[in-house]
Parts: sequence; C-alpha cells; structure tokens
Amino acid sequence: MKITSLLPLAFSIATVAGFVTAGEDSTLTIEGEVFVTKAAAPAHLENVDEIFSGWTFRLDETQALQMDDFDNPAFVFVDQALDQFEMVEGSAGKACSSCHDSAEVFSGLRASMPRVNSAGELETIPELINNCRTERMGAEKWKWSGGQMSAMLGLIGLQSRGMPVEVAIDGPAASFWEKGKELYYMRVGQLDMACSSCHEDNYGNMIRADHLSQGQINGFPTYRLKNAKLNTIHGRFKGCMKNIRATPFKEGSDEFKALELYVASRANGLSVETPSVRN
Amino acid sequence: MAKGVKPRVKVPKTAAAGETITIKTLISHKMETGRRKDGDGNVIPRSIINRFTCEFNGENVVDVNMEPAISVNPYFQFEATVPEAGEFVFTWYDDDGSVYEKKKSIKIA
Amino acid sequence: MNFTRRETMAVSGAALVASVLPIKLMASTTDLISGITGGKEASGDGINLTAPEIAENGNTVPISIDAPGAVAITVLAAGNPTPGVAKFNFGAGSGSQSCTTRIRLAGTQDVIAVAEMADGSFSAAHQTVKVTIGGCGG
Repeated sequence: MKITSLLPLAFSIATVAGFVTAGEDSTLTIEGEVFVTKAAAPAHLENVDEIFSGWTFRLDETQALQMDDFDNPAFVFVDQALDQFEMVEGSAGKACSSCHDSAEVFSGLRASMPRVNSAGELETIPELINNCRTERMGAEKWKWSGGQMSAMLGLIGLQSRGMPVEVAIDGPAASFWEKGKELYYMRVGQLDMACSSCHEDNYGNMIRADHLSQGQINGFPTYRLKNAKLNTIHGRFKGCMKNIRATPFKEGSDEFKALELYVASRANGLSVETPSVRN
Repeated sequence: MAKGVKPRVKVPKTAAAGETITIKTLISHKMETGRRKDGDGNVIPRSIINRFTCEFNGENVVDVNMEPAISVNPYFQFEATVPEAGEFVFTWYDDDGSVYEKKKSIKIA
Repeated sequence: MNFTRRETMAVSGAALVASVLPIKLMASTTDLISGITGGKEASGDGINLTAPEIAENGNTVPISIDAPGAVAITVLAAGNPTPGVAKFNFGAGSGSQSCTTRIRLAGTQDVIAVAEMADGSFSAAHQTVKVTIGGCGG
C-alpha cells in the first residue's frame, strides 16, 4: 500500500487500513467464465504500470454478489430491460425488437464504445438508444441516467461481458481522447482535485472508510449497494465532481463524453463486467 | 399492487429422491421502511413484503416473517428436501394486500 | 507516521468511544435475546451466525444463519431504529435449518440470531458488524 502525502488520507490509513482486507488476489469468475481483472497497463498510460478492475478493491461479500447472476441484484434491471426491448412505443408503432432481433446483436458494442461515427462525432450508447427512440420509433427520449436507460444499458452491455475493453484512441478519436485526458488531469472544485488525485495517485489507499479504486468504468452501468440501482458512467462522473465540490458537467455533455472515452481507454485490456456490483 | 414487483426463483430441474437442494429467491421490491421523508418533509408510508413462504407439495419448507430491515429486493437462499417429484410454491405477501406467487416443478432423476 | 495534535486527539477520542460502545451494545443484546426466549437461558451451542466483520454499505449486508434442529430462528439488529429483522420458521420440508439473506444495518452494531429448538430450549449467537461510511457518497 502506498503512503500518501495527503493528511486526511494519512489519518484514514492509520485508523482503518489495519483491518481492511480486500480481495485483490481473488479471481472473478461468473457462470464458469474467468474475467481479466488485472492487466498490464496499455501503452498510452504514462503513470500506471498495472490496471485493476474496481472489483478487486471490494471486500469479499461485495465481490461475491457479482459472481453469480442470480445473486447479482443488477439482473432485476436487466430483466426489466428485456421486457422493455419488446415493448412497442411511439408514433411508429415499433419496439426495439422490431429492428433488432434480440439484444444479442449488440455483442461487442459495449467493449468498443464510445467511438467516432461517420459524421465525425463522438457517440455513446445512450445516444444510440435515444436516436433509435426519437428517429425510428417516434418515442420520447429517455433521461441519461433514468431507470429505463440504465436498465437498457445494462442489457446491451451484458452482451459484451467477458470481452476485453478495446476503445479506439487514434485516428478521428485522437482529438476527443486528448480532450478527455486533459479533463482527467485538470484540478477543479473547492478541493482542487483531479480524477488522477484519487484514481491514479492514491488508488489502493483509504479515503475515510472507502477503498479507492482506479476508477475504471469497464463494469458500468454498475449496481451500487449505496443506492440499490444501476448507475451510469456519466452519473458517476457527476457524483465524483460533487464530492470534490466542483460544479459537475452535464450528463451527455461533450466534456463527459470525451472523459468517458479517455477513462474507457485506461481499461483497454480488462474484461467488460457489465453489469457489475460495487459499494 | 406495488410497481415493478417481479419474483425470481432458482430451483434445480431435477433431484434424486430424498436429496437436499439449494433454492434461491429474489423479488424486486423497494421495501420502503416508513422512516424516510420525501422532499416536502412528509413521511413516506411503509410498504414492504412482510412475509415469504415456500411449500413443497403442500408441506411447509420455510415461512419467514419480515421487517423493514430486510434489504431492497428481498433475497433468500435456503435448502429443501425433495422426497418425490412435485411442485414448489413460493408466495410473497405485500403490505398493500397484494400476493405474488411463483411455482416451480421438480422431477426425480 | 507523524500525527498532528488534532489527529492525536481524534484517534484517542475514537479509541474512547470504541472502548465504551461494546458494553452498551452487549447490555441491549442480552435484553433482546431474553425478550425472544421469554427470560430463559440461551446457550451458545448449535447456532451459527455468519456476517461480515466490515460491511461496505449498511444497505445490503449479507448474513447466514444455521441452527440444526431449530424450529425457528429470529434475527435482530440491536442498533437499528426497530431491532426486528426477520423470523424464519422451518417446516417439515426444509433440508436444513439455515438461510441466507441480505439486511439493512443503520450503523455499526450487533447482529443477533436466536434459535428455538424442537425441545423448547434456545441458542443464541451475535456478531458485531462494522458499517463503514465511505468517502465517496456520489
């Protein structure tokens, strides 16, 4: 465990770390499939040698919840999304299933998103879903982190579970990636912290009673014990920014989309774990 | 009926006669404790599943009285003995009077 | 590691609370157990309560109880606003007198399981679960 220079963190380490044991050496298997939860850092990471899934930072009991699909509470929402997939909505009288045979056709999508489309725009899965709803179905948009959206993201993400994260950062994606990287290292808010302050400089340390992870997003949307629902990537970014007393960017904003691309690329090589379970 | 309630159960399809099997159940339910307040400061009324039962061929396996301290989406894992082929009946009782039922049959292999 | 004066005060303060708290909890634990047994003595044998030493969130704490030969097991959480959690009644079809569930704990406290055996005797077990309050509420 690294020793931090931040006094509040040092205090927490002194009082808590003595009896906290996380399953860093545990192996994540789900339904017989082995997941990559640690790997050599991709070449584009300058300050980290090894990357770890957020799963490795959790205690045994939380880890166990993700190792069986019946025990994993996220599947309550995946089930809801399966029903939603068949539900006809909007002026065109269509359901998701009118165009897409089953959710399985989205196998691999979650592992490569976000990506740059033919129009040169960075696009995310929530935007693809809402485009379908407004353009093809004539239905209302869903809220970025609403219950229906996060459930559908869980169902679509599940189709890529076990595949390695592999987002493109070169070519047309390069400028978005650079912007995301800049945001990752940009200190903001009253506490004057960047993403990197916790998730690069201090992962593995305790922030009060919380075991800091690398902030990887390969398991999103993730079921959090804290709020007992699926949490989206941008929803989590927003929460982090509030914690450091910064004014969060908007969910779906260009800033968060660029940050999502950059943070996703930091997990290139880890398995997609959607839908994961965290504290 | 409370919104979004959906029972799920996991029971093996077959067992040997007399075998002890593991059963898992989960029902999606918000389990409102009656202690939270809404944005206007009014108490949100209690709304929980207050009882869960499992029977096999009419015989009680487990009967659970539940309080608000049971987590959201109540989960139970327990064991049952299967003397012969038959049917498990799982029943959840909601504070609002709704009753949710799920049945699973099991064969002797 | 060097502590500032303020940190030293905080640590010793926490140690003081920690040394006082269990005594208070133990008392109510005893009361709660005798509330179930009707004042009868409860032995510590024949019942197993499995709960995490530390729960990452009090919303969902997995616990398991196991009391071979019990007709019923009552689970209590001494530090919740109302201590009752659940009562498991085992019927003739049960394969064991055990169950795993997930419970809510309002804070660090004793979780208690009291088994009523077929002969009318009682067994009890309890365990302290530390509920952590994370640094990252977002």
